[in-house]
Amino acid sequence: MSTTKSAPLLTVDQLVVEYPSKKFRAKPFRALTDINITIGRGETLGLVGESGSGKTTLGRAILGLAPVTGGKISFDGKDISHATRKDRRVLSRDLQVVFQDPYTSLNPALEIGDILAEPLGVQGMEAAAAKKRVKELLDQVGLPSDAINRLPREFSGGQRQRVAIARALALSPKLIVCDEPVSALDLSTQARVLDLFLQIQKDTGVSYLFVSHDLDVVRHISHRVAVMYHGEIVEQGPADIVTRDPEHPYTQRLLLASPVPDPDRQEQRRADRHRLLESQRMQHEQAGVLA
Amino acid sequence: MTESVETTALTPVPGATGQTGTVVRSTVLKRLFKNPLGIIALVILLGMALLALFADVLAPFDENFANISKTLASPDSVNLLGTDSSGRDVWSRLLFGAQLTLLSALLCAAVAIGIGLPAGLIAGYYAGKFEAVSNWIVSILMSLPGLIVLLTIRAAFGPSVWIAMIAFGVLISPSYFRLTRSAVQSVRNELYVDAARVSGLSDLRIITRHIFSVVRAPIIIQTAAIAGVAIAIQSGLEFLGLGDPAKATWGVMLSEGFKNVYLTPTLLFWPAFAMALTIGGLVLLGNAIRDALEDGEKIKHRRTRTPGTDPVTGRRPTAAPAAVRPSRKSVPAVDPGTEHHLVKVTNLGVGYPQADGSIKKVVDDVSFHVDRGEILGIVGESGSGKSQTAFSILGLLPDNARVVAGSIQFDGSYTVAPGEERVSQERLSKLRGKRISYIPQEPMSNLDPAFTIGYQLVTPMVRVLGISKAEARKRALKLLTDVGIVNPERTFNAYPHEVSGGMAQRVLIAGAISCEPALVIADEPTTALDVTVQADVLDLLRELQQRLNIGVILVTHNFGVVADLCDRVAVMQNGRLVEEGPVRDILRNPQEPYTQTLLASMLEGKEPMSTLVSPLQKEPVA
Repeated sequence: MSTTKSAPLLTVDQLVVEYPSKKFRAKPFRALTDINITIGRGETLGLVGESGSGKTTLGRAILGLAPVTGGKISFDGKDISHATRKDRRVLSRDLQVVFQDPYTSLNPALEIGDILAEPLGVQGMEAAAAKKRVKELLDQVGLPSDAINRLPREFSGGQRQRVAIARALALSPKLIVCDEPVSALDLSTQARVLDLFLQIQKDTGVSYLFVSHDLDVVRHISHRVAVMYHGEIVEQGPADIVTRDPEHPYTQRLLLASPVPDPDRQEQRRADRHRLLESQRMQHEQAGVLA
Repeated sequence: MTESVETTALTPVPGATGQTGTVVRSTVLKRLFKNPLGIIALVILLGMALLALFADVLAPFDENFANISKTLASPDSVNLLGTDSSGRDVWSRLLFGAQLTLLSALLCAAVAIGIGLPAGLIAGYYAGKFEAVSNWIVSILMSLPGLIVLLTIRAAFGPSVWIAMIAFGVLISPSYFRLTRSAVQSVRNELYVDAARVSGLSDLRIITRHIFSVVRAPIIIQTAAIAGVAIAIQSGLEFLGLGDPAKATWGVMLSEGFKNVYLTPTLLFWPAFAMALTIGGLVLLGNAIRDALEDGEKIKHRRTRTPGTDPVTGRRPTAAPAAVRPSRKSVPAVDPGTEHHLVKVTNLGVGYPQADGSIKKVVDDVSFHVDRGEILGIVGESGSGKSQTAFSILGLLPDNARVVAGSIQFDGSYTVAPGEERVSQERLSKLRGKRISYIPQEPMSNLDPAFTIGYQLVTPMVRVLGISKAEARKRALKLLTDVGIVNPERTFNAYPHEVSGGMAQRVLIAGAISCEPALVIADEPTTALDVTVQADVLDLLRELQQRLNIGVILVTHNFGVVADLCDRVAVMQNGRLVEEGPVRDILRNPQEPYTQTLLASMLEGKEPMSTLVSPLQKEPVA
């Protein structure tokens, strides 16, 4: 895939996110430190890391849901680091989100049709046109058109996530931030939703920032992968290289920690992992001796 | 009458009338109408409202028309309920009183909602300074002695029902404020609100569309209660003679009746009756709406049915109720030749009674066994019944669950004998903790935040093993070392919130093996953990299992975890056991299509960006 040849769609430059501390005059909590990423048009950047590594915060900072303390986020040539509500409304046409939890990301009191029409209404689309678009969207994500008048609770987790995807697609955005969108789903549902993400990208050329803790998921869906650890990006590069032959010790540990579904190969991987941990420990000790 | 149903049913909800149509979704309305108490309340309030509405037509006399020649008269054809000490018609005054009383209650609730609701919405949504300031104001309002304020206002502004009710509305607005604010706070950070922000919705739109819906129901219920209180307070003021004597209200009538209680007790009765009826109706309506909103939960609290009447259990003759009682003497011996299995589950069925009397089966005809030193994996997707199966071995099924078929035996004796409806707690409580222990999915929520980790490890050992505290402490420290905790002393003295999730799971594993069980049931023990931590915990489980030679039932959805630990696997789908066998057979040559689909959904070893589910096997959308 040609990725960053032309001007990238999203550029994050030296981003710092800090949350003010609850305690009086205490140092603010630094969630992200010096983040640099780019995402090209039609490209997927996978963002992998453990809980608390800051991968969700990065997605939220891009969406304007986390405070940007330093650095710059440019989207489609414009600086959006401190975009106002009004800017965001314009921006929402091109920048959308799918959250992890399909149970809380849809308002339980609204019908599916209203949920999907909401972003269209914000952009001033007529009700009749919006309804037509909602039908198209349901079709696109493989839901029956009678879903319009039903409530979120009438759907399973996988179906709800399809609704959330349809909502993100409503305005034909250029970039969708996907925050662990398949983590709450069953295995077979996860496979179908991943298929859907790939199909949509093929059809519309949308870019994804795909956040996940699962290296297998990220490997499957991403062109490039960035690995986060303690609020920093420790490694990034083409998906195949980062997820199969990583350089950073943390990524190496992550790769060998995820179990494979075959007892004998898993035994092999387990042994590899123990060897890796041992060698990393030795290196660590040596570094300590040298210092 | 019918056309006024809508409005009358909603009379206690001034200010929110516009929204009520959508709040009480047809299903809630339907449930409200199904509830006899709800219907009674609606009929009473509807009747009162109609009487008040048509008071001018229905009342034969003006409220203050006095016939001096006919005082304290008994009921007759002219004065239906008799007359009072000034010869005024009781029936007419009752009707006009209803008008004024109901309207003043509405005014009071409207003022309270008008102040409390918007303030609560803003404070809950934006927090910050507005919330801090309004909290102060609310605290001041709530610390004011209500009755004294009302008396002061009466002294300052004269005897007006309306002014008194506006003042009372202001005084009780904090209850709406607090209700609204806490409801808003609970949804402020919901993902759908974030999604609306990303869509560029203005704050006003977000509040009206997404946040208001969560406060509607509690506001309606609260209003029913507040309106009742307002009626009582208002009547109380007038009973004390602080009302407007020129207006007929129930309070004034009560006061009048009280003066003549020895001459004509019925004068006291009628206004009291009207008040009791209205306030009672409001309370019942509030309860009925709450019940209608929470209907889903009500089924669970149904009386348990006797087994003889179960229409669904017809799989085999149900045992007589007497045999179901856990009785020491009559536990049958297990089938010969199966005693050596550590656990044997035979044709197990578990179901939940539904509202309509049927039983919904969540586990159906499941059989497997686990031997000592063996790890059995139970794999399945959500809703496959894998956790329910594990819980029935532990005897930790919810109260309303029924064992509808089959048996469970542990170490050569039945914990659920064939024909029993419930897990015998008497037999299981002797085993649980000692012989069978449990590792839960969410390490953090399974440690009590109020006690130190050491306390939570020591107490069960003292109780179950009967050893001294000092001895138990020594053991606990040893266990913490065993599960790979570097500084056991510090962890022993720590509270659960002071350790990480991985550490908490190690603590729970230490707890699970502390009483040297023969069987450990682990329900998704690594699902909540990071992958690197999961690998460590799996290593720990394997090492302990081999060292202590315990049997393990591992419930999981992850085939990687199965491959890592298990000797045998059972695959479950929709409560049924699909396939069972040695781990290599199942993972490499699955026979059943469902197992094949599951394994095909694994991403490991797949060509990146390839389609995972072939269009042919696509089920009706996941």
